[in-house]
Amino acid sequence: MKAIETLLAEHDFFKDLEPQYLELIAGCGKNVRFDAGQYIFHEGESANEFYVIRYGQVALEAHDHRRGQVTLQTLHEGDVLGWSWLIPPYRWHYNARPLTLVRAIALDATCLRTKCDEDHHLGYELLKRFATVIVDRLDATRLQVLDVYG
Amino acid sequence: MVELLEQREQILDPMRPEPFVIQRVGRESYDTFTVELAPRDPYRTFDFAPGQFNMLYAFGVGEIPISISGDPSHPERLVHTTRAVGTVTNAMSNLKVGDEIGVRGPFGNEWPVNQASGHDVVLVAGGIGLAPLRPALYQVLRHRERYGKVVLLYGTRSPEDILFRSELERWRARFDLEVYITVDYADSKWHSNVGVVTKLIPKAPFDPLHTVAMICGPEVMMRFTAIELQKRGVSNDNIYVSMERNMKCAVGFCGHCQFGPVFICKDGPIFTYQQVQSWVTRWVV
Ligand SMILES: Cc1cc2nc3c(=O)[nH]c(=O)nc-3n(C[C@H](O)[C@H](O)[C@H](O)COP(=O)(O)OP(=O)(O)OC[C@H]3O[C@@H](n4cnc5c(N)ncnc54)[C@H](O)[C@@H]3O)c2cc1C
Repeated sequence: MKAIETLLAEHDFFKDLEPQYLELIAGCGKNVRFDAGQYIFHEGESANEFYVIRYGQVALEAHDHRRGQVTLQTLHEGDVLGWSWLIPPYRWHYNARPLTLVRAIALDATCLRTKCDEDHHLGYELLKRFATVIVDRLDATRLQVLDVYG
Repeated sequence: MVELLEQREQILDPMRPEPFVIQRVGRESYDTFTVELAPRDPYRTFDFAPGQFNMLYAFGVGEIPISISGDPSHPERLVHTTRAVGTVTNAMSNLKVGDEIGVRGPFGNEWPVNQASGHDVVLVAGGIGLAPLRPALYQVLRHRERYGKVVLLYGTRSPEDILFRSELERWRARFDLEVYITVDYADSKWHSNVGVVTKLIPKAPFDPLHTVAMICGPEVMMRFTAIELQKRGVSNDNIYVSMERNMKCAVGFCGHCQFGPVFICKDGPIFTYQQVQSWVTRWVV
């Protein structure tokens, strides 16, 4: 079986990250698996981990009292799931429901935050990568709001 | 005989609508319908190229441009798929089998299906945009061996807006065609992608340096799709878009569909993104 460090190195999100940082991050990680329908997290719960999706598809959902569960976005192999672990009060804003079998690497938030506080260069590298993901998701949301198929 | 020839001459006048009879009407979604038409003149065949459009006349209401959505290798069946958005399209949505529509056309240029030979082909459709692209896909699949990877990316507002459902299922089942569908909003019964169609591009399987992309949908969707394709490395002159503007004559006389230096009806409706990029980013055109 491949070491977590190797799996992370193959993932787009960690592309070109220096090996010593990959090792540090891998020290906070473990392999996890979710079956379709088995929620990864729920809105309001503590954001103790974030996930690097290696296989499968996850729906980010919000509850709307009129429409029930609404899927806002789906994430796939190669995506990262969750940034609420970065921002106080560290609580999930949405539900994450696997639509298929999902294999991922879960990274422990407290472990990572501690390492980022100790080594700001690592923190900066991670934040840069998350900023890209956040901008990308913001763009996608803006296009949804624009109703581009009008 | 002379009389018959005179009659056909008149029929070929590009400003004169020719009566076609509705053979079939199919509901694609709550606001979109497909009609199959046959000419009243039994000698008339209707050859067209993928991407071309007709001017359809709802008698007594008005005339509008609608792309041909059928298979170019079946010119005996003239097929149009229309979304009811206003006066004429709503009137057309109420027509039934046996009713008549006036047809002028086909007009305009075609999708670069032949030029794409030897390349990967990426078709990106948004909403009703799948209808004008469908003839291109039919033709690519008819000569599948000429192309590398063939990918269809299709985005709609919601699962209820998806057109050509059973055909999409059949296309999805093929081993030589990649089909990805995404919607903007869905409830938990939807088990596929949610997000705008542009978000499918970074992971779609094609070689950007050897790809011809054809995009059809509202202008804003085409713009953002072109940007994502550029980011992947597809050059602007391999990205094709189908433009829409109000049209009246469809033969380049009236100027209604002027778009920068071109007329969409006679120079288009299909352009490379290279040709139109500077115009689609201006709001007054
Ligand atoms: C080359 C070309 C090919 C086309 N192919 C197709 C096709 O295959 N299928 C199809 O359904 N339509 C197609 N269209 C668009 C179609 O021509 C228009 O939707 C139609 O002219 C609207 O006429 P109307 O009288 O029903 O609406 P109008 O009464 O003129 O307009 C009513 C409302 O609809 C809005 N509207 C007008 N046009 C559009 C539009 N294109 N999209 C969204 N809202 C609009 C107007 O802003 C207005 O608010 C094409 C247009 C062009 C130029």
